[in-house]
Amino acid sequence: MQNYAWLLLALPLAGFALNGAIGRRLSKNAIAWIGCGSVGLSLVVSVIAYLQLLSWRPEQMVDLGSSTLGKGDFTYYNWVTSLVGAGTLKIDFGMLIDPLTAVMLLVITGVGFLIHVYSIGYMRDDPDYSRFFAYMNLFIFSMVMLVVANNFLFLLVGWGLVGLSSYLLIGFWYMRKTAVLAARKALIMNIIGDVGIMLAIFLMVRQWGFVDYAHVFAKAATYKSGDPIITAICLLLLLGAVAKSAQLPLHTWLPDAMEGPTPVSALIHAATMVTAGVYLIARCHVLYDLSPVSAGIVAGIGASTALLAATIAVVQNDIKRVLAYSTMSQIGYMFLAVGVGAYASGMFHLVTHAFFKALLFMGAGSVIHAMGGEQDIRKMGALGKRLPQTYVLFTLGVLAIAGVPPLSGFWSKDEILAHAWAWGDWHIALWAMGVGTAGLTVFYMFRLGYLTFLGSSRVERDVAAHIHEAPLSMTAPMSVLGILAVLGGFIQVPGFTQLNDWLTPVFGTFSNAGRNFIANPRSADVPFEWGAFAILMVLIVVAFSAARTLYQAGPRPKLSVVPAPVYTFLVEKWYFDRLYELLFERPVYWLSRFTWARLDRGFIDGLVNGVARGIATTSNDLRPAESGFVRTYAMALVAGVVLILVLAIGQR
Amino acid sequence: MVSTSAYLVVGAILFSLGALGVLIRRNPIVIFMSIEMMLNAANLTFVALSRQLHSMDGQIFVFFVMTVAAAEVVIGLAIIVSIFRTRNEVDVDTVNSMKG
Repeated sequence: MQNYAWLLLALPLAGFALNGAIGRRLSKNAIAWIGCGSVGLSLVVSVIAYLQLLSWRPEQMVDLGSSTLGKGDFTYYNWVTSLVGAGTLKIDFGMLIDPLTAVMLLVITGVGFLIHVYSIGYMRDDPDYSRFFAYMNLFIFSMVMLVVANNFLFLLVGWGLVGLSSYLLIGFWYMRKTAVLAARKALIMNIIGDVGIMLAIFLMVRQWGFVDYAHVFAKAATYKSGDPIITAICLLLLLGAVAKSAQLPLHTWLPDAMEGPTPVSALIHAATMVTAGVYLIARCHVLYDLSPVSAGIVAGIGASTALLAATIAVVQNDIKRVLAYSTMSQIGYMFLAVGVGAYASGMFHLVTHAFFKALLFMGAGSVIHAMGGEQDIRKMGALGKRLPQTYVLFTLGVLAIAGVPPLSGFWSKDEILAHAWAWGDWHIALWAMGVGTAGLTVFYMFRLGYLTFLGSSRVERDVAAHIHEAPLSMTAPMSVLGILAVLGGFIQVPGFTQLNDWLTPVFGTFSNAGRNFIANPRSADVPFEWGAFAILMVLIVVAFSAARTLYQAGPRPKLSVVPAPVYTFLVEKWYFDRLYELLFERPVYWLSRFTWARLDRGFIDGLVNGVARGIATTSNDLRPAESGFVRTYAMALVAGVVLILVLAIGQR
Repeated sequence: MVSTSAYLVVGAILFSLGALGVLIRRNPIVIFMSIEMMLNAANLTFVALSRQLHSMDGQIFVFFVMTVAAAEVVIGLAIIVSIFRTRNEVDVDTVNSMKG
């Protein structure tokens, strides 16, 4: 595997380099071939890696005792090997391809490839075609680096690079002020998370002198549950995950990130980058299993974000914003899953979510494309007739995310809720939040569907004239995702727990060590709760009916079933943006204005200017010496004489 | 008898007045007159002190000073006349071509 795994990084990087350097001189065709081809080939390599993994036995894949995590863990280059004082520091560049990585790789390259193909059609009329594909390839490279790294340092490299790619892509249309501001906001919040991960790495180095997964997890496993060092590392990593995955309290950048082109929203802010946080926690399950406090916080953050985002999504009028909040909400579910120890369930939801969310974003993109750039759903309506393919596929996505069986969303969501319930005690509250969120999800998604595709048309006349269905390059990937969204759930259903078994070598090792930190059965052991199922079904029906009743005819002026203050609260996104503006933006602006006006202009410039002025004044005062003015010379003479006299007499 | 200090004080006053005149007046002839005043003040001081110290040196020196003053005035007035011939005015302030 070592022979070809490096291609996973090299191919997208080459695509980025080619399209970035000479893309401007290439034809659109060539750019598309390079851009999509690199990701397509990476997909092929991912599949090959997956097939090779299939041929290995589980015990070959993970081996906590030694210094590697099995056959999939290999080093390409020994970088830092130093003996500093009493400790050592060893950092190598290597990769880890295990079942978890394989899942992520298939999602990244698979869904990534489909989105790249979609972009061929979507971005066709954009003058910066090559720059777009270059950045997209850069993103794929970064994300792959993130998931294949076998140590925390290169994880951090990938982590930072995806943040950069996100910044570049959100601000792709850099002439738009709103886009630039959104990109900046996203980057700043991501960097806060990066600091968290850096601090975690510092702790690891200080404690153990190693940053690679094998050693860190091996050493950590010897600690007792609830150890403060482990908890500190977990919380710091959580800071990173929260920032990257747009969870409370670092979530405010995601809705603004919709300023980027729709394929960007689909790829980065739905399927991959925002799921990096979930991957991180899943990868570090050894650490989180040892720190119930951290795991509890993860679950709490997940459930809260899920509910909060769902409430805000209900009052949004921009297609992409509804989907953005929906993404935030679903990732909350994933966090809830990994927080209660159901790592495989979290990954399962990650996969199904990638399918239907990318599909939904592509559908939204198709609508926006048809509407010539309009994104406000109050100006849409009855598009189902004009955009039949998009309508059908979008509806499949809506059904999937709503959790309607037997589509994929149902299986993954149900499993997460079952785990939250199975735990008992205070986790029931999380379960309740999850259920509430599910109801709201159904409601706002169907609201979106109704207002966009059904009802009567509120489209402006000149826009309505050129509404056309999307080209094949856009509908083909959507159809593929549609199939996956419908059938993808069957990789993990009670009885056919394929995904769970696949991931057991990664997550199941803990029981091998004889310890059971989280007294929570794993996916395979949770019985199918018919009661919970019934609750969910009733919820779906109720929410659907509510949405249909309220929105079939068209948008309501304000959510009239809800009192005005509540509505304002939701539209203001629970006042988080205002809060951050008060807490952070104002003081920083004050400080920078002070530094600029008083310190830089006032003091430093004053110093420099003062020197110049002093010199000018002095030279002015010395001028009379050369004025040719006789009386001045005479005066100088007399003054000199007087001075000498004074001195001479003074000596006495 | 008048004390020597009285003569010295008068000498000082004359000298200061002369110096003031040199600095303030613009007409070169008046400046010369002031210079003469200064020289004469010096003469007075010499004579007074010669009397006090009972030595003839001071009085002899006065002759030297007078000679020098005369010679200086001759040359000075010659210069002033030639300046007047060129410019048709005598104002010390305007003679500043040595400026810079």
